[in-house]
Amino acid sequence: MEENQLLEKFQEKVDAEIKVEPKDWMPEKYRKTLIRQISQHAHSEVVGMLPEANWLTRAPSLRRKMILLAKIQDEAGHGLYLYSAAETLGVDRQELVEELLSGKAKYSSIFNYPTLTWADIGAVGWLVDGAAIMNQVMLTRTSYGPYSRAMVRICKEESFHQRQGFEIVATLAKGTPEQKEMAQDALNRWWWPSLMMFGPRDDNSPNTAQSMKWKIKRKTNDELREEFIDRTVQQAEAIGLTVPDKDLKWNEERGHYDHGEINWDEFYNVIQGNGPCNQERMKARRDAYDNGRWVREAAKAYAAKRAAKAA
Amino acid sequence: MNLNEAKLQFVTSQGDDALILSHRVTEWCGHGPELEEDIALSNIGLDLLGQAQSLLNYAGELEGKGRNADDMAYKRIEREFKNLLLVEQPNGNYADTIAKHFFYDVYHYFLLLDLKNSSDEFLRGFAEKSIKEVAYHLRHTSQWVIRFGDGTEESHEKIQTAINQIWKYTGEMFMKDEISDFLEKEGVIPNIDALKAKWEGKVREVLNESTLKYPETTFMAKGGRDGIHSENLGYMLTDMQYLVRTYPDAKWD
Amino acid sequence: MSQENQANWPLYEVFIQSKPGLAHKHVGSLHAPDAQTAIENARDVYTRRSEGTSIWVVPAEAISASSPDDAGEFFEPANDKVYRHPTFYDIPKGVKYL
Repeated sequence: MEENQLLEKFQEKVDAEIKVEPKDWMPEKYRKTLIRQISQHAHSEVVGMLPEANWLTRAPSLRRKMILLAKIQDEAGHGLYLYSAAETLGVDRQELVEELLSGKAKYSSIFNYPTLTWADIGAVGWLVDGAAIMNQVMLTRTSYGPYSRAMVRICKEESFHQRQGFEIVATLAKGTPEQKEMAQDALNRWWWPSLMMFGPRDDNSPNTAQSMKWKIKRKTNDELREEFIDRTVQQAEAIGLTVPDKDLKWNEERGHYDHGEINWDEFYNVIQGNGPCNQERMKARRDAYDNGRWVREAAKAYAAKRAAKAA
Repeated sequence: MNLNEAKLQFVTSQGDDALILSHRVTEWCGHGPELEEDIALSNIGLDLLGQAQSLLNYAGELEGKGRNADDMAYKRIEREFKNLLLVEQPNGNYADTIAKHFFYDVYHYFLLLDLKNSSDEFLRGFAEKSIKEVAYHLRHTSQWVIRFGDGTEESHEKIQTAINQIWKYTGEMFMKDEISDFLEKEGVIPNIDALKAKWEGKVREVLNESTLKYPETTFMAKGGRDGIHSENLGYMLTDMQYLVRTYPDAKWD
Repeated sequence: MSQENQANWPLYEVFIQSKPGLAHKHVGSLHAPDAQTAIENARDVYTRRSEGTSIWVVPAEAISASSPDDAGEFFEPANDKVYRHPTFYDIPKGVKYL
């Protein structure tokens, strides 16, 4: 079959909401886009463990410590599910990890921000996971089968993440004056970076149209961002915190909040490596990889010896 | 000697072992040698944290001053912690971590196995539940010891060095005093010599399979069970207790 | 073989049985040095919320799959063989246990 015929059949299938499976014919660009997007997503889960793990030894109660550890463990699991999904497209996890470590592959910039107080752990769960969930729920309907299935699994498990984060912030908000201040300060610092998680504005997002056509994405950056703001502003009000945007206003006509302009200079700066923690995060991942090499080698060498003995 | 007080000593020391070792486990989170292993280690950490919580709650009950597990974890000072020196040792490389866990897991496993028949009702129930978790820990860490021992030259050397270095902290698990004698007599805990023999048997078996040498050194460090720790513990507690001590009136749930 | 490849664990596909009596279902994959470790890792990765009662792991390279290009000749011939399905048969009203 000719390439353009194949392409046409592919688009028909996607339009008919039939999932694309690993061995099906797919346009090279579809495959490449997915590898990039899924691996970026996987890297984000794994790098995202670091700012939260930063507070594991300092969690203020045994219950909080257990919840946090279980949550970070979930993130590792989600990274793993996603690497799995990417591997069905014919790449090896190792190649993907090496791309991350060489700086070629990106991960969500939000994780280049530091977790400075315990309230930040709440803010990460509430806002960062909250923003991620908007995206992930949409992706359960993505056109690539393995990606969509990984997302269904992830969404099932994520539901507790945002709740535990909100619970932390809510507890602080009704606590002592210092605790409330801590909560407000965290919201002030995490609000704008969370909005940036949805990516550039639609009029400045060149890949969106193609991704929507192939149903990799089902909603635009701005649509998702808007949904997130509408939900989160209410939640902040419910616990007596103030969203740090003086231009934030309910627009009756649109049925959505209008919000102030995002600092896109900051956004691009962090992507380019100038966020507060870019170097620390990459160093941590590189060290884990390098220091773990002899461990992985030993396990493999032992398995080979055993297999040889059994033969 | 008062039975309640003797139990309090024992239960606190066991709770502190689990708590302090779990603290070390959390330091690995996000930095493990492979994603799958990171997840496995977190599971072990969660088991230990859960065990620490029930033991320290029970310790609070035995103490009778209305303290719960969080009070015990966050409001005692270094000298009041009764964990083994072994579990507070720094993580080091992955072989150091595995060696530390392996020696503790063998002890933990055989101790819980016997505690299933303790005269103390709480400990019986606790052992019944925890033995399943710890059987898995032991399997996991002994497999790593074997893999390292019989893996590459580099891993063999690293695990042998780790074992030799941490060996002196293993003797404290089997030190006897009048409290342990009393608890044994009361049927609360097993015979320490028998426990030690089982530990040595299992350790020898695994080291043998790993082509590793069973250390000859006989010097054994002690102090943890009496609240005399290495310099490590102070830093760990500073970390752990920082928020609770900075904001004494705050609640975190 | 590069240094990296020596450290790279092979890929295993993971199948979980969620309840006794049900079939094992594919849930994803993971890397492990050997099958035994793959099973243990699968327990930690895919059954953290008690999703399973039994685990199978298969080296990914050992799986052969039908080709989607053959899907037509593979699966369509079965579409018109309705006699394989019990609803094909008319059973007089009132007859039970069939």
